[in-house]
Amino acid sequence: MKTNSKLLSAPYTVWMTLFIILPMLLVAWFAFTDRSGAFTLDNILSVGQYSNVFLRSIWLGAVATAVSLILGYPMAYIIAKLPAKRQSVMVMLVMLPMWMNFLLRTYAWMTLLEDNGLINAALAALGLPRAHMINTAGAVVLGMVYNYIPYMILPLYSVLTKIDPSVIEAAQDLGANDKKVFLKVVVPMSMPGVISGITMVFVPAVSTFIISKMLGGGGNLLIGDLIDMQFLGSAYNPNLGSAISLVLMVIILICMGIMNQFDEDGSSQEGGLML
Amino acid sequence: MKKAAARLYTFLMFLFLYAPILVLIVFSFNDTETASRTVWSGFSLKWYQKLFEDRLILEALRNTLIIAVAAAAASTVLGTMAAIGINSMKRLPKRVMMNITNFPMVNPEIVTGVSMMLLFVFAVGLFGGRSLGMASITAAHITFCLPYVILQVLPKLRQMDESLFEAAQDLGCPPAKAFFKVVLPEIMPGVVTGMIMAFTLSIDDFVISYFTSGTTQTLPIYIYSMTRKRVSPEINALSTVLFAAVMALLIVVNVRTAKARGQAKEERR
Repeated sequence: MKTNSKLLSAPYTVWMTLFIILPMLLVAWFAFTDRSGAFTLDNILSVGQYSNVFLRSIWLGAVATAVSLILGYPMAYIIAKLPAKRQSVMVMLVMLPMWMNFLLRTYAWMTLLEDNGLINAALAALGLPRAHMINTAGAVVLGMVYNYIPYMILPLYSVLTKIDPSVIEAAQDLGANDKKVFLKVVVPMSMPGVISGITMVFVPAVSTFIISKMLGGGGNLLIGDLIDMQFLGSAYNPNLGSAISLVLMVIILICMGIMNQFDEDGSSQEGGLML
Repeated sequence: MKKAAARLYTFLMFLFLYAPILVLIVFSFNDTETASRTVWSGFSLKWYQKLFEDRLILEALRNTLIIAVAAAAASTVLGTMAAIGINSMKRLPKRVMMNITNFPMVNPEIVTGVSMMLLFVFAVGLFGGRSLGMASITAAHITFCLPYVILQVLPKLRQMDESLFEAAQDLGCPPAKAFFKVVLPEIMPGVVTGMIMAFTLSIDDFVISYFTSGTTQTLPIYIYSMTRKRVSPEINALSTVLFAAVMALLIVVNVRTAKARGQAKEERR
């Protein structure tokens, strides 16, 4: 019986070999060959020329992740403190914008941030000076935070609701004040959610290529834009594009490895997955 | 005092989350000739009329739905089978399978997209055949949906009592029938959730479709080209229609689950 069950996963194994493992091997192969197919290290070496793009992506991604954490934590905490019935409504309201295509959500910010946009119109109406917001690094960070903050709030919320209230009461009974309870009990116990949230925001933020294009103008090129240009853009060069992709993957794997050091039991993996 | 602060914070957060969407919706009813995105000049439904007359949008919508149905169906069947297989594996092969399953969820989307583009271009070069299109997008969508289905079904299988399946067989039920009569009803909630997730992920996907589509248009790809080329309130109308559809779907799903819960409570009494 058991051997029969195991065979059921055979089609999946074949499928994933074809569509996940083989493509990854192709990326590696393209990264280490030139146009004629001969082995070369040139692609990997020339990724170094773009170190400023890599640094900018990592920096903006890190800023967006930090802002999401700072803004998202209080929200998750407030929701977790509500009565159970209202919690599920609030969670749904946090997730609802995610159901709208992210291109449209980002497009909406274009309307708001433009030089002749709604925020500037409102500022002018109030007699305040206009601000230049679109096509700046700040606009890119804003777009990242807006698109990915639900991925921060949800895992945080799910760990915060799991904290046993009696643990908090015990701390209070032992004489800890509110601040101390929060810093010494709630924050440490929510670490798996923090880690899960950080990975779930950082990975898509670092590798995005639409948000920077729409809100950042031409001056805020990110890794994603660079890869896009090599495959479907003006600078067609799949070999270089593969090399950049490979480096991006390695960077992300290293970041995830570092994050996993803080999360020994792997519980953060589960916190993030919910519909 | 604390409560007021919490309320204010919640309000500001939801303002941040919903203001852009509200702006999109309001300006979809804007009656303007100059296609200005930010000046209000009266109520009109003309962008909706234009939207439903736009052949390209309707074709893109049709492609998106065909792909989503195919990807959801295929990934649900393949994924459920895989989950059953993985569940009965020993420790080491199980770990290998779970790592392969988790990989596409951890890997940056753009890298997954690019790698599949290389594969399809390579395959076309090798075996000939038509270039990228519906088939390659569907294959790519099945691939990124599979892990979500598996991760929904596996916990249900773990919760299930294994002896149920054996008991059915001991009572003379052939394995296939035992599966459909005993196992499937037990894991059904996970299978359905996985399928809904696959369907919505497929409809919403842009990055992977973008790299595997060739010249075929799906709705997100079309939206992308709209935001790049021309500025038209048609996009706003489209956003509003999609948002309304999602809202309706969510309300239906929630009412149904609430009803199911109510019934379950009644039965327990």
